Amino acid sequence: MTMIADLYKVDSEKVAQALADARENLNNTEGEVTLDFSGVRRIDPKGLGVMEDLASAADAKSVKIVLRGVNVDVYKVLKLARLAPRFAIEN
Amino acid sequence: MSDNSPTLSEERIAYLEGLVRQARTAAAVFSQFTQEDVDRIVKPMVLAGLKQAQYLARLAVEETKIGVMEDKAIKNMVATEFVYNYVRDKRTVGVIREYPERGLVEVAEPIGVIFSLLPITNPTSTVLFKCIMAIKTRNAAIFSPHPSAWRCCFEAVRIMYETAVEHGAPEGVFTCLESHNLEDNKYLMRHKDIGLIDATGGPGAVKAAYSSGKPALGVGPGNTPVYLEKSADLDMAVVDIITSKTFDNGTICASEQTIVIDDEIYDQVLDKFAGLGAHICTEKETEILARTVIDPKTGYMQPMAVGQKATTIAKFVGINVKPKTKLLVTPIKGVGPEHPLSYEKLFPVLSVYRAKSVEEALKVCVDVNHNGGLGHTAVVFSNNETVIQKFGDVINAGRIIVNSPGSIGALGGVYNDMVPTFSFGCGTGGGNSTTDNVNVYHYLNIKRVARRTQAHMWFRVPNQIYFNMNATENLRNFQSKSTLIITNAALEQIGHVDAVKRCIPSETQVRVTIIPDAEPDIKIVKQGVEALNFYKADQIIALGGGSVIDAAKIMKLQYEFPEADLEELAAPFLDIRKRVVQYPTVKTNQARMIAISTTSGTGSEVTPFAVLTDKERGFKVTLADYSLTPDVAIVDPQFVMSMPGGLTVDTGVDCLTHALEAGVSIFASPYTDSNAMQAVRMVFKYLPIAYENPNDEEARTMMHNAACIAAIAFSNASVGVNHALAHAFGARFHVPHGRANAVMLPHVIAYNAAVPTKFMPSPNTRAYVAHKKYAMMADLLGLGGHSVEEKVQNLVTATEQLLDLLGVPRSIAEMGISREEFEAAMPDLAKIAFDDPSWRSNPRMPLVGELIELFWSAYNGRSTKAGAKKATKKSAEEMVTV
Repeated sequence: MTMIADLYKVDSEKVAQALADARENLNNTEGEVTLDFSGVRRIDPKGLGVMEDLASAADAKSVKIVLRGVNVDVYKVLKLARLAPRFAIEN
Repeated sequence: MSDNSPTLSEERIAYLEGLVRQARTAAAVFSQFTQEDVDRIVKPMVLAGLKQAQYLARLAVEETKIGVMEDKAIKNMVATEFVYNYVRDKRTVGVIREYPERGLVEVAEPIGVIFSLLPITNPTSTVLFKCIMAIKTRNAAIFSPHPSAWRCCFEAVRIMYETAVEHGAPEGVFTCLESHNLEDNKYLMRHKDIGLIDATGGPGAVKAAYSSGKPALGVGPGNTPVYLEKSADLDMAVVDIITSKTFDNGTICASEQTIVIDDEIYDQVLDKFAGLGAHICTEKETEILARTVIDPKTGYMQPMAVGQKATTIAKFVGINVKPKTKLLVTPIKGVGPEHPLSYEKLFPVLSVYRAKSVEEALKVCVDVNHNGGLGHTAVVFSNNETVIQKFGDVINAGRIIVNSPGSIGALGGVYNDMVPTFSFGCGTGGGNSTTDNVNVYHYLNIKRVARRTQAHMWFRVPNQIYFNMNATENLRNFQSKSTLIITNAALEQIGHVDAVKRCIPSETQVRVTIIPDAEPDIKIVKQGVEALNFYKADQIIALGGGSVIDAAKIMKLQYEFPEADLEELAAPFLDIRKRVVQYPTVKTNQARMIAISTTSGTGSEVTPFAVLTDKERGFKVTLADYSLTPDVAIVDPQFVMSMPGGLTVDTGVDCLTHALEAGVSIFASPYTDSNAMQAVRMVFKYLPIAYENPNDEEARTMMHNAACIAAIAFSNASVGVNHALAHAFGARFHVPHGRANAVMLPHVIAYNAAVPTKFMPSPNTRAYVAHKKYAMMADLLGLGGHSVEEKVQNLVTATEQLLDLLGVPRSIAEMGISREEFEAAMPDLAKIAFDDPSWRSNPRMPLVGELIELFWSAYNGRSTKAGAKKATKKSAEEMVTV
């Protein structure tokens, strides 16, 4: 399998849109998608909802979603929302 | 079927899972909010609640048919305004409290999702209260209303939710079950994502919450006893009781249930009730009510009565009352199943009991309290402080309300300074985990960030120490009318007592008490105390070795504190500052104690320790307290010039052991280090000289000083495992203390210098430094070596060489103790050594197996003698400079 790494920069103010874009592109992706979370400082319920959708869609297509540069506050939110295990989180 | 999958349809489970997921997501997002974010949401919620107070009250009364709209509106206002007044300045996010002097910081952690049961009696006010608490603490909540109060609760949750989200709260932060189903509650109570159940409701709901296995807050059933005592302000009391009992038709579970009234004021009080609109029931009317409003089988209220007006109840049961009757007052003659009206009545029926005495009144209140109201609320009206205190002692209630209405008083913030609440914790008596008025702090996990604190250390020595040849002359400076010299026969015979007497001012009456030269026995101590009392001594001079000085310390203790229980004072302790048994501080017969040591080892003249035996009862105790430290120490080498060689060695090695152990102790400090290190240097240089040339005045002087200096070190830093081993071994095989120390010493240095199997907990030290301290001592002795390991080895070797030079047996075997005998003693030796408090300050925590290994190392002995002998010359004559 060819591993393709796509890098999406997730802007703090536009998390939901960036994640939705990533989800749209899952159809064209094989292997893994990397999302750069280094600019994300806070997530709202809508953002978490889109992340959950993204994780489900990625599972269905067997695509691995890698989150890179997640800060500890956001990481804790993902843990509390029980979303952290659904992503590969790189430091 | 698992516990978590009851008889619910898949659709219902999906619905409930959706609620939890929504709340979990909201709670996760909420965890990012700051205190300012939260406070910005809370205030508009409070204002919205205030604005809708009457509307929600009307909804509640219309739906539940319980209570009084006007009162419910007041409740809604208390639940918003009063609660806000309490929480507005409270920190509930991040650091919430700081205790800089203790190095402690408390940090808030939200719970997450709270599953909250709502009652029928106070439905909307409870919603307002819980929503404000949840937002203030960054929690999400799922509400489950009582089925008969669903619509009003749903509306109250809607108002709170929309206001909160409008001002920034995460979507989904509150949800309310769309219909009531006990199976829904059961499912949610056991859901893994529910962090806390807050159950405000009837006993069944509370029990279900506590049985779920989840952390839960629950209220307990109430049955509020009231003692109306004769000293009370009766007008105030009667108005307060009517106000409280009729408030919302008596639906607050803290409201008054049975008034116990002193006989002297009983008729007067009933007249006042009647005058203010209460109907005093006849015996027959009381009997009718007892049969109708309480279920005689269970003692529970009949639902038809709950929250109804007095006139409605009267009409229902067929009692004629005036149209505006507020309250039905029912005289009862006892408490319990035969007296149904002694149970909880959440409606305006109030029982009264005539008590013949305070004692009887209190007992009846206790009966009511134990008749279904444990842990909840009680009220006392009295101006007699003794009565109020006694009531508080005997009644088990989380809220004991004094001279004010029970229901409104228990809510807090109106009649008193208790925390405003709509959820009364009832403690274990009510099956709850708290007696508090539930508040925001119960909606938080409070984390304690505890910084390492540096324990306060100490350095305590006698007020005055006089040293060098003929230092005894300083006795002339001490005024005394009556002095008792405590010494032994040998010292008197060789003229030491006379030498002391010559230095005492002539106006002082001097007497001498001779005691045996052995570890002090309780009998000897008693005789000494008798002498002190007989002579009314104001000064004690202890002249002798450790045994004599120890005896004198204990005599002084018993002389000044005749009630002191020596066995109790000898109770074990880990930290002298935190010990359980405190030494007495109020002194009688105060006497100055001057200690003059005649050996150069124990340093008892400056230590706070004393050993005592009781041969008759077969016990030996070590007393330790700084109050035992002599007031004055005299370190005069004239008394050690004639010390025999064996004693010179035993006491000298004891001194070295004190210095080495104090140097590596976990209580060592720069203050004790300076003394310990200096003593080590002095012993290595002067002990061989004093041993080989007993008349060398300089060597004797320096060894006498070294013993005192080492004792100052270990008085403050304590000793270590060497002493624990030596105490056990010496006692079992009757080996002098110094010699027992000596055979263990090299092995203990090597043991402490190795990486410990277990470290000793020690806030005073920042790392394991025992090996480095030994290396420092090796450097001071000029023993050479490049690495720490080499230096430690050189110290071990130098110690062995010193012991060889002094003729100390190289092993326990060499002392004539057979291997079989030693092996047979080993279990006891290990146990006694482990029980010995000396090792508590050792840098390495000894395991019992390690103590056994150390005993066997000492049994087998130190390294080869030939090589050691050669090196000994060097260590004694060349290596050491002081």
